[in-house]
Amino acid sequence: MTTTAERPVETKQGMSAQSRRRMSSLIVGVAAWIIGLIFVTPVLYMLLTSLHSEPDAATNPPSFFAPLTFEGYANFFGSGTGTSPWPSLINSATASILSTILVLVLSIPAAYALSIRPVRKWTDVMFFFLSTKMLPVVAGLLPIYLIAQFAGMLDNVYTLVIIYTSMNLPIAVWMMRSFLAEVPVEMLEAASLDGAGLIRTLRSVVVPVVLPGIAATSLICFIFSWNELLFARVLTATVAQTAPVYLTGFVTSQGLFLAKVCAAAVAVSLPVIVAGFAAQDKLVQGLSMGAVK
Amino acid sequence: MSTALEPQAGAGTSAPASGGGSALRVAGDWARRAPLLPALIFMILVTQLPFVFTLIISFMNWNAYYPDQIGFAGLANYGAVFTDPDTLSAIWTTVIYTVSIVLLSLVIGFGVALLLDRAFLGRGVVRTLMITPFLIMPVAAFLVWKHALYNPNYGLFNGLLRLFFGPNAVQPDWISDWPKTSIVVSLVWEWTPFMMLILLAGLQSKPLDVIEAARIDGCSPWQVFRYMTFPHMRQYLELAGLLGSIYVVQTFDAVFTITSGGLGTANLPYIIYTIFYNAHDYGKASAAGVVVVVATIAIATFALRTVSSLFREE
Repeated sequence: MTTTAERPVETKQGMSAQSRRRMSSLIVGVAAWIIGLIFVTPVLYMLLTSLHSEPDAATNPPSFFAPLTFEGYANFFGSGTGTSPWPSLINSATASILSTILVLVLSIPAAYALSIRPVRKWTDVMFFFLSTKMLPVVAGLLPIYLIAQFAGMLDNVYTLVIIYTSMNLPIAVWMMRSFLAEVPVEMLEAASLDGAGLIRTLRSVVVPVVLPGIAATSLICFIFSWNELLFARVLTATVAQTAPVYLTGFVTSQGLFLAKVCAAAVAVSLPVIVAGFAAQDKLVQGLSMGAVK
Repeated sequence: MSTALEPQAGAGTSAPASGGGSALRVAGDWARRAPLLPALIFMILVTQLPFVFTLIISFMNWNAYYPDQIGFAGLANYGAVFTDPDTLSAIWTTVIYTVSIVLLSLVIGFGVALLLDRAFLGRGVVRTLMITPFLIMPVAAFLVWKHALYNPNYGLFNGLLRLFFGPNAVQPDWISDWPKTSIVVSLVWEWTPFMMLILLAGLQSKPLDVIEAARIDGCSPWQVFRYMTFPHMRQYLELAGLLGSIYVVQTFDAVFTITSGGLGTANLPYIIYTIFYNAHDYGKASAAGVVVVVATIAIATFALRTVSSLFREE
């Protein structure tokens, strides 16, 4: 795309190399900024609308410069109706954080056995984990519902912890394997010469080296759990409902609600936005399951 | 699955028969395998076992509304799945969604990644802007798309039309007029950052010295792109396409939030959800689930071959 745009410029003789480079960098910059702004427009509009009053939020054409207010946020957090999103936010946080911890506890030793001291046929094991990710989750939805019903675990946040752990474990194993593969072998040999056991080797040699990888894995697992709707919708009701379920339920009200919806969207996305901006580079490794470094 | 069980059988027979050396080796094998087992067992219990139940239930006549009529149904549920026009159209819709969303977000994502691979003012800011859509909770984002952007009366799109073209500007009802397109556009918006991030990582890992040498030898930028950048990027494009497909096939939030499956927008995950959650027809929902899995395995076998080529490069 960019390279083709550059071509006719290059064939002209008049321009110096430096001004030619400056020209093409300007074109690239303008194009990138335009596309970036298009993609962020829904988010900016969401943020702006969340800070408008309900009548200002629902005008056509839009009133971009209407006075700002926190009414939408106050409404979302229940100032008028008394229904608070906090229980659902706490459920979301519980399910996401606990499942992320469980994923780490299970995936780090597994990744160790797939990279540093690999079991035989370790690639088969890797593909088993990947293939579970390809199994559409809807196929397991009904039996999991029935089992949870049988065990009296419906509308229970710990059921979601187990489901989210299984959802993220394959990704975590793939990611952690790629990070552990970077651990220098001589450090491990030194540890084993010093008589360190498995747990000690993991704790004092492997974990410090792969700490950034653990951070990336945690971030990805947290995001996917925090955002999950289908299982939360089917397996929870009033007690254990998570933030996404709460959101799908509250747009039934009549009248003006646009500022409230946008405030809700900003509020529930905030933890992920903050974490995501702070760890942009880690996102790449996470999203590609560690296949891209 | 089979790989986890295979060595176990071998260990059982060889340990008592042969001498100390192989017993030690077996013990060593188990020490190697031990850290892997909790994760493996967990995955088999939570993801494989339920599917066995799904398979069994798919051959049963089981509707929660008629608890006294539970029994063996043979292939009736599969017959129902393949004759039900809703399910058939959902299969087609799923294909349309997956192909169009993955292709569009790959193309746009690659374009943006190529731009971001060059130096320009504010490159870091643009990258941050680009990944923002991926960080918004999907349900929240689709609520915003539905009510704040697509809404015919006060949505941003029609608002901008009126702002630029005056009070008589066309005011389409986006979701009613183009239901599938509306869903595809909002999902492309969500998934382009994902594609872009993977492809950008790929671009930044290309061998710069070789490309520099090619430039000095007089290759045009187009030649560098066609014969060096693009072949290098092939595996990244395949990886992004594969991972994107895995996630996009399972799209539920967008359909649920934007149209509630109406106007022909229901895809397979949504249809299975309604057969199970609203109609309580457990047998048919399971049969539909099995169909999805078989179709996915067919696609995945092909896709896994692609990924295994990544392994070989390592």
